[in-house]
Parts: sequence; structure tokens; C-alpha cells
Amino acid sequence: MKHIRQLEDQSIYILREAYKNFDNLGMLWSMGKDSTVLLWLARKAFFGHVPFPLLHVDTSYKIPEMIEYRDRLAREWRLNLVVGQNKKALAEGMNHEKGRIACCTALKTEGLKLLLEEKGYTGIILGVRSDEDATRAKERYFSPRDKNNDWDFRDQPPELWDQYKISFPPGTHIRIHPLLDWTEINIWEYIKLENIPFLDHLYLDQGTGSRYRSLGCAPCTSPIKSTSKNVDEVIIELKNSKVAERAGRAQDEGRGMEQLRKDGYM
Amino acid sequence: MTTDTTIQERMNIVIVGHVDHGKSTLLGRLYADTGTLPEGKIEKIQAICRQQGKEFEYAFLFDAFLEEQQQGITIDTARTFFTWGGRQYIIIDAPGHKEFLKNMVSGAARAEAALLIIDALEGVRDQSKRHGLLLSMLGVKQVTVVVNKMDLVNYREDTFQAIEKEYREFLTQLNVVPQYIIPASAKQGINITQISPETPWYTGPSVLESLAHFHLETARNEQALRFPLQDVYKFDARRILVGRITAGKLKIGDRLVFSPTNKSANIQSIEAFNCDPPPTQAIAGQSVGITLDEQIFVERGHIATHEDTRPMVSTQIRANLFWLGSQPLETQKTYTLRLATREVPCEIAAIHRIVDANNLDDRHTQSMVQRNEVADITLRTKAPLAFDLYASFETTGRFVLVDNYDVAGGGIITELVADEQENFRTEARERDSAWVKGDVGVEERSLRYGHRAAVVLFTGADTTAKSFLARKLETVLVAEGRHAYLLAAENLQRGLDADLHDTKPEEIVRRFGEVVRLLADTGSLVITTTNPFPPTAKGIVQTVQTLVNPIQVVTVHMTKDQTGPQPDRDLIFAGPEDFDARTHQIIETLKQKGILAKPSSSQPAVQFSI
Repeated sequence: MKHIRQLEDQSIYILREAYKNFDNLGMLWSMGKDSTVLLWLARKAFFGHVPFPLLHVDTSYKIPEMIEYRDRLAREWRLNLVVGQNKKALAEGMNHEKGRIACCTALKTEGLKLLLEEKGYTGIILGVRSDEDATRAKERYFSPRDKNNDWDFRDQPPELWDQYKISFPPGTHIRIHPLLDWTEINIWEYIKLENIPFLDHLYLDQGTGSRYRSLGCAPCTSPIKSTSKNVDEVIIELKNSKVAERAGRAQDEGRGMEQLRKDGYM
Repeated sequence: MTTDTTIQERMNIVIVGHVDHGKSTLLGRLYADTGTLPEGKIEKIQAICRQQGKEFEYAFLFDAFLEEQQQGITIDTARTFFTWGGRQYIIIDAPGHKEFLKNMVSGAARAEAALLIIDALEGVRDQSKRHGLLLSMLGVKQVTVVVNKMDLVNYREDTFQAIEKEYREFLTQLNVVPQYIIPASAKQGINITQISPETPWYTGPSVLESLAHFHLETARNEQALRFPLQDVYKFDARRILVGRITAGKLKIGDRLVFSPTNKSANIQSIEAFNCDPPPTQAIAGQSVGITLDEQIFVERGHIATHEDTRPMVSTQIRANLFWLGSQPLETQKTYTLRLATREVPCEIAAIHRIVDANNLDDRHTQSMVQRNEVADITLRTKAPLAFDLYASFETTGRFVLVDNYDVAGGGIITELVADEQENFRTEARERDSAWVKGDVGVEERSLRYGHRAAVVLFTGADTTAKSFLARKLETVLVAEGRHAYLLAAENLQRGLDADLHDTKPEEIVRRFGEVVRLLADTGSLVITTTNPFPPTAKGIVQTVQTLVNPIQVVTVHMTKDQTGPQPDRDLIFAGPEDFDARTHQIIETLKQKGILAKPSSSQPAVQFSI
């Protein structure tokens, strides 16, 4: 498990750099396995405390268990939970039937933008990983976003050794990615190693021969066929699997992710 | 082929080389032939190629952006994951185009080893050499060279040997010894995962096999301790010093000394969350938190070491630097230098020469360093910097320069350049090491007094009312209940300095600095001026700073000249003064710097951290 501890040390270093250098910092938490590992790493980095708010962009279409789990951990771990929602789009009846990209853009990208505008965060910590998607593979650990939240992937700043981008013009913000070097398998190995509470009812087979591999909104996330009933079995399954992790996420089809991410999606 | 299921370790490898020499193709082929690609990935890319009417290329597998696929080049570094032989590799595909050198550098800076690709038909090109040079500067010491596209030269041994000879000689000048030089064809899959019959004259490993010969860097644990402080936390009763150990190891009970302040204390505990029993030691690479047995003043940027193996300290260093900024690097301009967790303003004192990657012997002088150039320079920092030579310690021997919000260059330190403070610094270090302390600590004094010890030093020409303002400041501070004392330096002349008769200006300044240091050690706010020093005494401010370090010196410059160039001071008062307002302004500055807490008439509420 030496490689997992190496990843942990690197992620904790990044989290501490973020906390030191950003006055108005927030961490996105979707209750999925990745951002929950991220939250756990924050507890490790800050010795049981989480000294910044946890932000959840609530599309209102999340699986109900996810919300229960969110509120329970927020209570038990004394988290400062901030929930944002694009109420205007929801009031106008936005849902996935109006187009998946349109729905993701309105409820997640725009929802996040609204939250950022309202609270004025200058640093946002996210649990994205390189192996999820080819555009995420090209991310920096500290990745600037301009005033419109856009990602200029053609001209990313250099990132040398452990020196990250911690200064930026007013009105812009930085996305911080401590999990960039983790793979899906590493996430599960770490959950097991640290015994992190996760949404086992969704991520493990409950006897139906299926489980969620990636969690998102109920209408756009489908379970995969799997009989993995515990974390060990999930790890073995993944080691033998050649299906992409986000295969169950409808919005990724075609060039979906490149466009979504350029415009400010996670 | 099967992949091992038990991962023991992980390693970052970068693929570099001149544009179009086949880096992305090699990567694609490596994945395809080891069965590491997700299902349907090749089919998906093949379909896109058919649609766009072009031939399928393995390179397309990892060039993610639409623009990259359309132009057939890699714009930015991609991380890909690959498990083989019990090791989890992150393979970083770096762009070879000169325009994207900053992306190549970002990729290579994360790597522990490199595959450098050279096109057999085109031979060694500009970026083959520039990338080789940068690898050596970025600390990537393990390099395997792949001579690719051997199919285009009919797998001829003499063509391979000519390239091998030329490139090996080039690397030798950089003190890099390639582990292997492998003839291959990524497009045809020759010598990628296994040795093929096309090159019967080649006896070394395939590209895939060569990866196992890269070893993980473990020597850092055996070095002397380097623990650059990242932050100090006080979330609860514990005051935890956090950071990542960059070299060596530490354990409970070790005596640590912090540079450049020379403060020292023992490690009381190593703190960790969800770790039972708590750790008793830690090694290089780990992000740790420790507590000390004594509450000394330490902050981000200080480097903790063991007492007998301290880093160097100076305000001048010589370095090799590569520049990636959109504006050229110039002398006379101020940049921010970041070394480990330390951040300090600096300027370029001299550009000695520009290093030409294509011809390492031919070095020429220039007045500025252009984007993508490598230069040999001397830097001057505005405050003393603790550092190491790159040849001895990697992480504390290198730095970046920040220009206009961005990291714009990186450098490795080749030499300490002694500055004029060297003797005083040695004196302060030796004095502090042997300092006999009472039982009352700094924190206790600060809590009691409602402020930290500090020095307010007034500078400026004669008749600028320095003394007047200094007296006023003392009066106001004492009236507020602070422990402030005006040290009129004239008072040393007939006493402590009676033997000197103004003949040894440097010694007069030294004694003055030591007296200021003693007074400040009582926890007081020491107010003083440069009034009585002979005009020949130089560097008074720097000397006082060196001798009282790490106690803060707040400098106030007074002048009647509002137009001319002003010295580097915390406050500059020019022209006719409203002395009440100026006094207030100095007090506000003391508050901003965390020296003064609330008025001590109320309960001492400490708003500053020690």
C-alpha cells in the first residue's frame, strides 16, 4: 500500500497549499466516492477539522440516499455545508429531457457559477481524476478559470515541482485538483485502507446483480452489471474491467466533456 | 498478456522528444499491445478517423482535445495510467512542439524517469537536445532513449549507431548516462513490448521491459533532514507545524533548528488523524505534522533541519535557470522567488550567459533571457534565504520565479554567493546556538505584554525629525501600556563604544545591533534611529536585521525630498509632517504586521500567532 500513501502525502500537501494561499476557499462534495475521499483527506490534512465549507451543487435530481448520507456526515463530522441550486432553471422546468448537455450546463455548471458568484470563492477544491476522462488528464493541480469560469486549455500556466499557481487576477478563480493522480482503483484501495464510510447501498451489489460505479443524477446515471458485494470484490472487478468508468454517465457521449469542461463544468 | 494485480509502488514517467518523432504513437502502442486500453477505445477512434477520412494513428488515443486531433499534435501534457509488473505507472505524454515547451516542462517536472524519443530518419533535432538539457535541470536523472521509426531506415544498425553515438556524447556533457538506447518502431510495434526479429543486432530490452529498470528514488531518506515548514495550525489546543519532509527523517525527541532564524526546539509529538498508535518517526516524502516542546516563533518558509546539518543562508545565489515567461527575464526588475515553501522578492543581479542547448560549449552573453532559453544567472533576494545547492539537495536546491501571477521560470542553485552580511549572520547563528535562556518563553512574554518584541528603526538624512517622531512614538506606546523603549544610539558612544572613537564604523554598527537584540529579547518594542552613525557606516539596516533576526524590524524612512528614488522601507514619510498622524500610521503598521494586539488595558487577547 506504499503507493496509496504516496498519493495521500501528495494530496495532503496540495490541500494544505490551498488552505494557506486562498482566503476564500471551498470544497465541492457530491457525496460520490471521489469527493468523499477528498473530504477524508481534508480531515487528515487538518487533523480532524475541515476548515472550509463543503459545497454541494444540488440539481434536485440526486438519488435520495445521497442527500441522507450528506446530512448525516455533515452532522457527525461537524462540516460547514453550503448547498447551492439553480432555482431559476428548476422553476422553469429544466430537466434532462430538454437535452443532457443543456441540463448539466444549467443545473451543474450554472449552479456552480451562481454559488461562486454569491460567495465569491477564489479557490475551489474538486475531486476530479485524470483517468476519468481525457480532458481531465490534461489538467493542472491548480488550474485557473477566467471571469466567465472558462478553462483556457490551450494556454495553461506552467506547473513546476510542488510550486503551484496561487496568485491570480481579481475576478478569476482557481480550481484545485488534489486527486488528479489517483485512479478509480486507488480510490477504492484508500477507502478500504482508511475504512471511510461510503454509500455502500449504491456502490455495492445489494443482491440485484448491479451496482453504481459512478454517481450522478438519477435520470442520467445507470448502474452497471456487477456482483461485487464488498470493496475487495470491487477492486478485483475493476482490475479485470476494461469498460470506462463514466460509461454510465450520459452527458459524456461524443465531445460532451470537452465542451462542458471548457465552459466551467467540473 | 496479463497485468499483475498486486501493486507495490508507483512511478511517474515522461515521454519527451522533438515534435513528430512519435511520442504519442509510442504511448498508444504501449497501451494497445499490453491490453491496457478500455474496451472499444480503438474502435471509437477508428470510427472518428474513417469519418474524417484519415488514417488511424495510435497517437489519437491520447490527444484528447479536438484541436489536437485535427492538427495531429499534442498541445498539453496528458497523464495516463498503466499497471505493469507490480508497478502503477503514470505516463506523462509531453508535447514536442517548441511553442508548448512550458507544458513539456510541467509534465517532466512531475516525472522520476523519462523516455526520450528520437526519429531514426530525422535524427537528433533541436528539441531532442533541449528536452535532454531540461530533463537534467528538472531532476529527471533516469533516461532511456528510444530511436523510433526504425522501419523508415530499414532497421539499419549503422543509422542507429550514428544517432546513439551523437546523443550519448550530448548527454555525457550533461552528466546523464542513458540506461538504454533502444531501436524501435512504434507504428509497426517493433521492440515495444517485446524484442522483434527485425533488429537481430540489438541485444537490450524492449521499451516495456526497460521500464522495470527505472528505480524509485529512495536515497533521499538517507540524506540529512530537510523539513520546509508549510503552515502552523492551531485548530485546537495543539500547535501543529505541518509540511512535507523533502529529505532525511525525523523522530520524536529530535532537536530541530529552523533556518534562516536559527530558532530551535525539540519534537514533542508527531500528530496524525485516524492513526493508532500515533507515529514516532517520519521520512522523506511524507506530509507530516509535529509539535514542539517549546513555543518558539516559526512560520511558513522556514526550513527545519538537525543542528549540525543546516542549509546555507545568503541573499545572493548563482543558478541555472530556464525561462518560460511571455515577457523576457530582465535585470532591474523584481520577481517573486519561491523555494520550497518560502516566498521572497528578488531581482536578477547578473545574467552571465545564455546556454545554447544545441551547442553546450558555445555560450554567449545577453542582457535578457528570452522565453524557452536557459541562462546562468546571479539572483539577489530582498531577505535572507535558506537553501541548498542542487547537487546536494534536490527540493531545497531549486526554485521558481513568479512573474505577473504565473510561475515563469525554474532554476537550480549552483553556488552560494557570499554577501556583505555573511560575517554577521555567522555571528548571530553561533550566538543563538549557545544562547542561555531563562524560564520565561517568548509566548509568555507576548501574552503578558500584549505585543511581540520588535524593532522600529528610523532612517533618513539629518534634520528630518527622526528623533522627534521616535520620541513621540515611545511616549504614545508607553501611554497605551506597551513596553516600549527609545534607544538613542548616541548613548552608546561614551559608554560601550568609548574605546572605538569613530574609527571602526563596522564595529560601531555591530555593537549597536547586538544591544538592540538584547533589548528586544526582553520582549520590548525597541525604537531607535540611525542618527549618530558616521557617514562611512554602511548597511546599518541590513546589519540590524541580520543581528536581531528573527525579531521583526519595521523600518521608517524620513526625507524632505518627495521626488527622488526612495530606499526599500516599510514606511516612507516625505515632506512636511503631521506627527500625530504619522505616529498613528506607524502603530497601525505594527498592528498589521501582527506585532501589536489589542490595547493591553483590556484582557490580553492575543490576535497574533507566535
